[in-house]
Amino acid sequence: MELKDMIRGCLGPLAVAIDEFRGDLSVEVPKSHIIDALRRLKDDPGLGFDFLSDLFGVDNSEIYKKKTASKKPGDEGPETPSENDMPSPPRFDVIYLLLSLKTNRRLRVKARIAEDDPVIDSVTSIWKAATWPEREVFDMYGIRFKGHPDLRRLLMWDEFPAHPLRKDYPLEGMGEERCLIYE
Amino acid sequence: MFQDSSLSGHSTGDYVKINIGPSHPAMHGTLRVVAWTDGETVIKADPEIGYLHRGVEKMGESLTYHQFIPLTDRLNYCSAICNNVAYEIAVEKLLGIEIPEKAQLIRIIMMELARIADHQVCVGILGVDLGAFTPFFYLIIQREEIYEIFEWYNGARLTNTFGRIGGVEADLPDDFEQRWKELRPNLLKAIDETDKLLTHNRIWMDRTIGVTAFSPEDALNWGFTGPCLRACGVKRDLRKDEPYYMYDKFAFEIPVGRHGDVFDRYMVRMREMEESIKIIDQAYKMYKELPPDAPLMAKVPKVIKPPEGEVYRAIESPNGELGFFIKSDGSDKPYRIKIRPPCYMVYQAFPEMVKGEMIADLIACLSSLNVIAGELDR
Repeated sequence: MELKDMIRGCLGPLAVAIDEFRGDLSVEVPKSHIIDALRRLKDDPGLGFDFLSDLFGVDNSEIYKKKTASKKPGDEGPETPSENDMPSPPRFDVIYLLLSLKTNRRLRVKARIAEDDPVIDSVTSIWKAATWPEREVFDMYGIRFKGHPDLRRLLMWDEFPAHPLRKDYPLEGMGEERCLIYE
Repeated sequence: MFQDSSLSGHSTGDYVKINIGPSHPAMHGTLRVVAWTDGETVIKADPEIGYLHRGVEKMGESLTYHQFIPLTDRLNYCSAICNNVAYEIAVEKLLGIEIPEKAQLIRIIMMELARIADHQVCVGILGVDLGAFTPFFYLIIQREEIYEIFEWYNGARLTNTFGRIGGVEADLPDDFEQRWKELRPNLLKAIDETDKLLTHNRIWMDRTIGVTAFSPEDALNWGFTGPCLRACGVKRDLRKDEPYYMYDKFAFEIPVGRHGDVFDRYMVRMREMEESIKIIDQAYKMYKELPPDAPLMAKVPKVIKPPEGEVYRAIESPNGELGFFIKSDGSDKPYRIKIRPPCYMVYQAFPEMVKGEMIADLIACLSSLNVIAGELDR
């Protein structure tokens, strides 16, 4: 059986979408069932995705903006999308890189997170390896992980007011350093 | 005194709080560990990364695919070449191209030299941190020779900016064989001398055997890879398990430990250096069999615009699985680059590793993990 079918069989309706590119498989699951889905993928004897290689966030807002931008006559650029191409509302992805140590196969699991409710369950109860990566996603994107034992900033200092990996955060910063010195 | 649930019901006032680092000779980079101790026993440790964060991933979003290569030099500066290749192999996967055999062999030779240099620094500094200064000199002199080869090949010692997307810029110069013939016995001699000075040394054994031992189950749960995982007895190496380039054509061993302690991490690195020498020998032999005018670069457009999509590709760097996730939106700049640094996953388990150990062992543990601040903080 192909890996795609095995994942469909294991996750059932939890596999919202399965995508393959350059041999990499990624599956989207609803964020409300993330723990359930990851546990199933880990415990399934045929799949056995028992190793969390990494966990990180992606901000899709620029892609959505580009897709929805209307095309002026004579301009080069993306086509104006039809109604069906309109972006789905969730702005962020949290991506889990899984690995099966038995079969050496990899899988990406993706949960979509809306900007107005940036909360998802922590998977530290399944893998302790998620401890720092979840703190980093919280730090860089402002996504909170429910049930994380110690959710603090990791790469930036505690008083840092923004989330630098969000697409609307400017590359040159927002002058936070100066504000902190004068305060 | 406030209560801290992680201090087994006691208030923090019952213990002595010690700040180790950032200005401590045994702390690497700008790392700081806040430790609560009962006598000399560590009850709790809380590591801080050090706020060196340079935003390499964010900068990647504003640079083209080629322009990002020099930034990868600055991640793990002990083995910049492996970081370059890890990024390039991910972009090549995104583009769907295979690089020519000759370029693969040159990359393998340079990566294995970088692995030896990285392990030499790690083992040498572990010795220094535990009071054994001499092996550091034996190893560092040979590392210098490896850096001479890097400089002679691509003009830089530390920040090599090695390789190009699609292959390598230049062929190995003609006198590589001569240089390698001179260097090879010296590398083996340095390993042998370090072995003689440390491995059966009573003080060394007392300071390392059984110190911060970690079970294979815990190591996998915490996301360990590389020498730290293999020291726990798990035989996993991406060069064998997910072979890239021509690694599946070489005969070499994967050294593993049994107890996952500081001694095993040291031994795994020592044996890996010898295995890397074997790989270089075989790779150079295969290289010589190729015609002199064999191509060095695959056909790659000047402006790289990969199709929309996302890929993840990892290599076995000296510290373990070093992977790059790249998301492309079809433009000439990556939409998102995520680096998976190996020592990041290992270092997050540090509080659990040192709990119940002595303060002096905390230093031994940190050195044996080979935590590189640039790689950790990105």
